[in-house]
Amino acid sequence: MVTAEPPQKAVEVLKTTETKSVEAPEAAPTGETMISVRNMDFNYGTKRALHGINMEIPSRQVTAFIGPSGCGKSTLLRCFNRINDRIAGAHISGGQVVIKGKNIYDADVDTTQLRRQVGMVFQKYNPFPKSIYENVVYGLRINGVKKKSELDEACEYALKAAALWDECKDRLKANAFGLSGGQMQRLCIARAVAVKPDVLLMDEPCSALDPIATLKVEELIVDLKKDYTVVIVTHNMQQARRVAELTAFMYLGELIEFAETDQIFGNPQQKKTEDYVRGQFS
Amino acid sequence: MHAPANSALLENPFAKRRSHRETYEFLVKSVLRGATYVILFATAAIFLHIIVKGSPILFQAKAPFINTEFLTKLPETLHVLEDKQGHIYKTDPKGADAIKHQLGDNLRQEKTISYSGGGILGPIVGTFLLVLVCIVVALFLGISSAIYLSEYAKPGKFIEWVRLAILNLAGVPSVVFGLFGLGVFVLAAPVFTNTPMDRALLVIPLGFTQMSFQGWDTSVLSGAFTLAFVILPVIITASEECLRAVPMGFRETSLALGATRWQTIWRSVLPFAMPGILTSSILGIARAAGETAPIMFTAALAFKDKLPWQGEAGLGGVFTESVQALPYHIYTLAARIPQNEYSERAQYGSVFVFLVLVMTLATASVLLRRKLRAKYKW
Repeated sequence: MVTAEPPQKAVEVLKTTETKSVEAPEAAPTGETMISVRNMDFNYGTKRALHGINMEIPSRQVTAFIGPSGCGKSTLLRCFNRINDRIAGAHISGGQVVIKGKNIYDADVDTTQLRRQVGMVFQKYNPFPKSIYENVVYGLRINGVKKKSELDEACEYALKAAALWDECKDRLKANAFGLSGGQMQRLCIARAVAVKPDVLLMDEPCSALDPIATLKVEELIVDLKKDYTVVIVTHNMQQARRVAELTAFMYLGELIEFAETDQIFGNPQQKKTEDYVRGQFS
Repeated sequence: MHAPANSALLENPFAKRRSHRETYEFLVKSVLRGATYVILFATAAIFLHIIVKGSPILFQAKAPFINTEFLTKLPETLHVLEDKQGHIYKTDPKGADAIKHQLGDNLRQEKTISYSGGGILGPIVGTFLLVLVCIVVALFLGISSAIYLSEYAKPGKFIEWVRLAILNLAGVPSVVFGLFGLGVFVLAAPVFTNTPMDRALLVIPLGFTQMSFQGWDTSVLSGAFTLAFVILPVIITASEECLRAVPMGFRETSLALGATRWQTIWRSVLPFAMPGILTSSILGIARAAGETAPIMFTAALAFKDKLPWQGEAGLGGVFTESVQALPYHIYTLAARIPQNEYSERAQYGSVFVFLVLVMTLATASVLLRRKLRAKYKW
């Protein structure tokens, strides 16, 4: 599983992609490895949360992580943009996470640069108590973009990408808290998309939404893979089947099986996977 | 109505029973209620007394309905002259000479009552300046350290000790703060000057000028810094609470978009914590405005016949002159001059004005909180 891929010209890649154009991010050919996890161990203090994870996540596809609560799927997702660094004592204790050819846990990696390219959408929709417009352009503003035209363009692009433009274009200045739950979550997706990341991480993006809003977000996720590599953590196996090309089943901090979604649900190779997808334990 | 015929014979199973337990319940309730009423009574007594005695001094029946003289004149000595027919003339030092001259032999007696004539503009201005500088200093220091403690510092033993020290600061008697201010700000704080005093603790030459640790003297600055330290614990604790109340999701989202820590705090934590911080700080201001001991040694004089900008330094002296302040003025009026019927006007007037100021601040804080809560809820 471990494909040795020397992290060549990684720094240049990180630098050159810091572009502020409005087109969708530069295409990496579909299916090429975007994130490569190599023999990774992860600890919360002395407690090991992830054991020897190995996986290759292809670009411009949707990859789903499933598994029972506490299996480490969110932890793994949060390793990809190093948001776990915030937690005291949390650290990677072995192996590598290579994104676009660069181990993101190298000392010379700037986490702010990393997170601009690896965006994240959280479980609980959490727009800022600001206008819809200000929410979407937040990421651009912290990058120092001041030009009104540039912000406007990015706002329109992101809202369109998040299928929210038609609903919101007449009330961009309205407070985001006036939106419904589903709209708020799509706004959060727009906010993440506005900075044009290469990867979009989604941590149970639909768990706080009703079924109809969930469907809309799922449609959006399928749509987004045209331009983005999407990795989604979900509790809902049906959701994984609906949106993901690849599915990873995790259990007790280990990656049990990682394969095409149809195989995981139709013809799992591991006993544990089979038990889980058949609903024999949760 | 439809009770069976023998209902009178049946015992009511739900009848009230007089028991020890019930009496005990009643007693407990009465004691608790009594304690509350005692507090209510004390508060009402204080307020009513001051309002009844004080409001006639500030307000008047004729337009403009407010006794402007009391608010716009500096305190001065009150002269009371009585002639042999029993007429009484109240006047200021200048007027006293004229009346004495006019009365000639007819003057029976003259009384002078210190600080009880004129108005209380000096103390009002002094308190205003002290509070202004104090709140700027306290907010800067307090919010900065609250941000450090809640956003940057790694939780651990050391930080726990720091928090404990801050809480203990709240328990330090205010007179100790006053002495601390005297020692540090009045006598030892650094100033830039070409001619350091002999008593300076340390003089550091800087080339173009010298930094002399000779203190800021008795001044608005010394007093305001001392007051700032009195209210710092309140501000730090309140700020930390408000910062913690901002949802973690705001921080994570901001960081996940590539913001640095400071960008995150500046754009998506502080703005949402600020309303709470400000409202709690207003209560801190009320406290600072009311403190007497910390300013006794550091800023306030019992009497001063000039406003801070009327001294030698002109407008530049606003922060470096000593001032009169309301709480200290009230103390002086109450404890340092002989009491008689003529001293009451200044006493009750000052207390009433002071109370109105503090209550205005408290009300403003409540209204502000209500308004901002509605605007910034999440």
